[in-house]
Order: sequence, then C-alpha cells, then structure tokens
Amino acid sequence: MNGGKESLNLKAKLGLNVFKENKNFHISVNPGKENDPRLFYAVLACPAGLYSVNDAGAVELSQDGCLECGTCKIICSDEVLTWRYPDGATGVQFRFG
Amino acid sequence: MEEVRFNVIIIGGGLSGLAAAYTLAEAGQEVLLLEKGDYCGAKNVTGGRMYVSLIRDFFPAIWAKAPLERAIVQEELCLMSPGSSILIRYNDADIASEPYQSYSVCRAKFDKYFAKQAEKKGALITVKKKVDSLVFKDGKVDGVVAGGETLYADVVICCDGALSLFAQQAYLQKPLNPKHFAVGFKEIIELAPETLENRFNLLPGQGAARLYMGDVTEGKFGGGFLYTNKESVSLGLVLGLEALCQEEPRTKAPDLLERFKKRPEVAALIAGGQTAEYSAHVIPEGGYDHLSKLFGDGILVAGDAAGFSINAGITVRGMEYAMFSGYIAAWAAIKAAGTGDYSAESLSVYERMLADSFLMQDFKEYRHVTESLNHKRFFTYYPELAGKIMHGLYAMPNGPKARITPTLRRSVGVRNVPDMLLKDLPKVVKL
Repeated sequence: MNGGKESLNLKAKLGLNVFKENKNFHISVNPGKENDPRLFYAVLACPAGLYSVNDAGAVELSQDGCLECGTCKIICSDEVLTWRYPDGATGVQFRFG
Repeated sequence: MEEVRFNVIIIGGGLSGLAAAYTLAEAGQEVLLLEKGDYCGAKNVTGGRMYVSLIRDFFPAIWAKAPLERAIVQEELCLMSPGSSILIRYNDADIASEPYQSYSVCRAKFDKYFAKQAEKKGALITVKKKVDSLVFKDGKVDGVVAGGETLYADVVICCDGALSLFAQQAYLQKPLNPKHFAVGFKEIIELAPETLENRFNLLPGQGAARLYMGDVTEGKFGGGFLYTNKESVSLGLVLGLEALCQEEPRTKAPDLLERFKKRPEVAALIAGGQTAEYSAHVIPEGGYDHLSKLFGDGILVAGDAAGFSINAGITVRGMEYAMFSGYIAAWAAIKAAGTGDYSAESLSVYERMLADSFLMQDFKEYRHVTESLNHKRFFTYYPELAGKIMHGLYAMPNGPKARITPTLRRSVGVRNVPDMLLKDLPKVVKL
C-alpha cells in the first residue's frame, strides 16, 4: 500500500551505512530459476528490500545496500541463487554492528 | 616456492575465531586469522546483549578495558496486542550487582578490540582477505585459498558465521533449511545518555533490555528487542524465516520494523533519536538436532558456523557460545599439535570437551524449546488475551462497569480453557 514511501525511507536508512564498492556481483539468480516461487519470499524477507517485483511480474534483484545477512541465500537455496560474499575489503562495513 | 604453513588457520574474525586465535596465540601456537572485512567486526552483527558470566574466566585479561556498552541491570518484557501493550519490568538486586551477568554490546567495537588483544598475544590477523575455498590433501583439510594465495595449516578452524560455507565445503554441514533460521535486523538510534537513562528509569551507566512479543511481529514467530547502549539503543526484530515468508499477513521485513517504530510505546522511547546504522544477519535456531558435524580431518567448526545459538524465548544467546566454542576448538588443536595427529579421530576431543561443558548441556536441555515456542497462540492469542483482560480492568465505560471476575471470564472464554490447558501447558513446561 504505502510501499513506495517505506522503501524511500529504507533507502535513506541504508544510506547511513558505510559501503565499499564491490565491482563483482555477489548474488545472481541461476539460469532457468527466474520464476522460482522462493524469489517472491525474498521480496518479503530481505531486510534491505533489495528484491522487488517489476511491472512484468518478475522478481528483480539489486545489490546496492546489501547487508550480507544471508536471508535470501537460505530462503532461496543454492539451487536458485549463486551467493558469494563480496570480495575482501568491499561491501558493508559496520561501525556499530 | 616455499609453502607458507601455520599450526592453525582460522576463517573469520568474529567471536569464535577471535577466541580461538587469542587462546592459540597465548599457548604459543602459530596462528593466522583471515577476515574479509576492513577490520574484525566489520561484518558482524548482534541484537545487542552478551552474557559475559559464563565466559569471563576463560579470557580473564580482556574484560577490564573491553568496550562493552552498559551492564544490563533491568529486564523488561512487553506483551503487545494491536492497540495495547503490557510492560513487565523486572529489577533484581542479584542481577544488578557486580560481577554483572550481561552487557549490551556493539560488535564492530568489541570485535576490533578483541582482535587487538589476540594480536598482542602473538596471533597474526590479516583483514580485507576473503577465503575462497578450503585446500584438501589426501582427504584432509590442509589449508585455504585466499585472494589467489594458498596458505597451509595443520588445522583449519571454520568460524565463518551462520552461513557456514566452509563446513559445507567439507561436508560437515548439510544445505541450510529456512525452518532452522531466523533473521535479525536492527537500527542503532543515537540518544543522549541522560535521555536514555530517564526514559528507562536507569541510574547513570546502567542498562536495560526489553523484549517485545505479539503484535510486534503481527503474531509471527519472533519478537522485537531493545537494548540500551552507552549513547544509543539497538532496536530491532527477529523473525523466523519460514514465518516471515509464509504466514499472513505478508508484510515486508523492513516495513515490520517501521511499523514497530511507529507504535506509540516505542516512538516515545526513540523520539529525537538519530538512526546511525541499519544492520541485519541470519541466526541459526535449529538447536541440538541441526548442529553441524563439529570436526573432520584437519578441520574444526565453531560459533554460528556450527549452529551454536539458542532462542529460548525471553533469552536469546549465541555470543558466549561462540567465544566458548572458539576457546575449546583452540585447545583441541593444541592437543592435536602435541601428538602431531590432526585426523578427525584426534580432533574429536573437541566434541568430547564440549559435551562435558555448559554449552552442550544447554543444547540438550533446550533441544525442543524453540519448536515449542513456535506456536501461533504464543504470538497472537496470549498477548491479545492479556491486553483484553487489562482493558477490562482499566477502561472506564460510559455506563455500568462489570466486576473483575466476570471480566476475566469473558476475556478468556470458558470454552478455550480446556483446549489451552491440554495443548499449551505441555509446551510451557518444556521452557
């Protein structure tokens, strides 16, 4: 309903974190698994809101703001996602944690 | 090229890895710890509270200067229904006196400090270095590949956290099942110390822990938490992954947190505060039956990677298990070094030492607790019932007010009682 407002809020929240650029995509959907129902679970469960449903009804994934929490890896399983940690010295760097 | 060999390589600079590195270095072992973050703690997240009492004596020298936040002297539980809540505040002179049993903690600060202490003991810690894979020789783990470089060790200790990538590579852990995991996500919200102490009724320096149950998760398996730090609060939610994905109403995790923050009871506590960070991590909650295998040829698994965390409802624990298992893993490696035998059989001493400790006793004792708790009634019916009873007692109607007993009887609903007693009492007695 007010998803637009919340996600704006979420972007601002993620903007408070320290992220170091990671040039290699560390999460990708395996070929042929683009419509797996578990990807829709990730839309609900990703704390950073990085999974979203596009106009065509498919799940899209963005990696900007990834907290590396592992939720999508466990929900979607290795069958659906290729999930690696970002390279050393890249990705989120928590100052509080 | 000459091969670089250590007694022990530790994957991951969290609490189990650092505890192992500290212990090994103190015993004179050549130990290398590899951490992918910019510093130890950069990738690590806690809800907020460490039970120090059980592990204090294993690292006696670190506590005096450790960057702990506040000693938790006040325990609080908030039962939330959609439009009301009940707060239980527990003060206990025993809990509120030194040595304190638990402290709020921020991992980026604590782990960085602990790493420094391990380095002072002689541990070699390399940060910004991600381990890519284990190296095997004749079926035994013989080292790791990190950043294209092969580094060898007699023993590798996997302390790579809840996702347990390397325990899986060594076939010690099965693919992870969402049923056995929760996700915690939280904000650090900065508040002046005096504001925080006033709002929680604390003396200077004291801390409180508050857990929220019920409508905070829209009745899903999980809860909310708030821990007071020195100059901030850690405010967040923990939700079972299965409940979050499959139970109605389907609300996105980040929206649940916003909803939580907007509850008047919570909004008043954080008013004027500035959010400084947003973090998240999965938490293993599979308990005893879903621990990883703890050892193999040339390899040990400790901390979250092994599954060492317990959700027992109002206490949620993991960090002390991480530190303790790291300590015991270090001693298993030291014993193996004494004989020069790094086989699974030799390293199995790790499991035997854990079996005799508080850690495995807790895991056996709490074997069925998390699944007992995972019942809708605990997260919807009971918190709402409590709210209805209080409403009946406190709300003044525009008309005659019923006495207490009929109010109670009406709230509980006589027909529900036998059902509750039969079905839920056996669950409650397991807690």
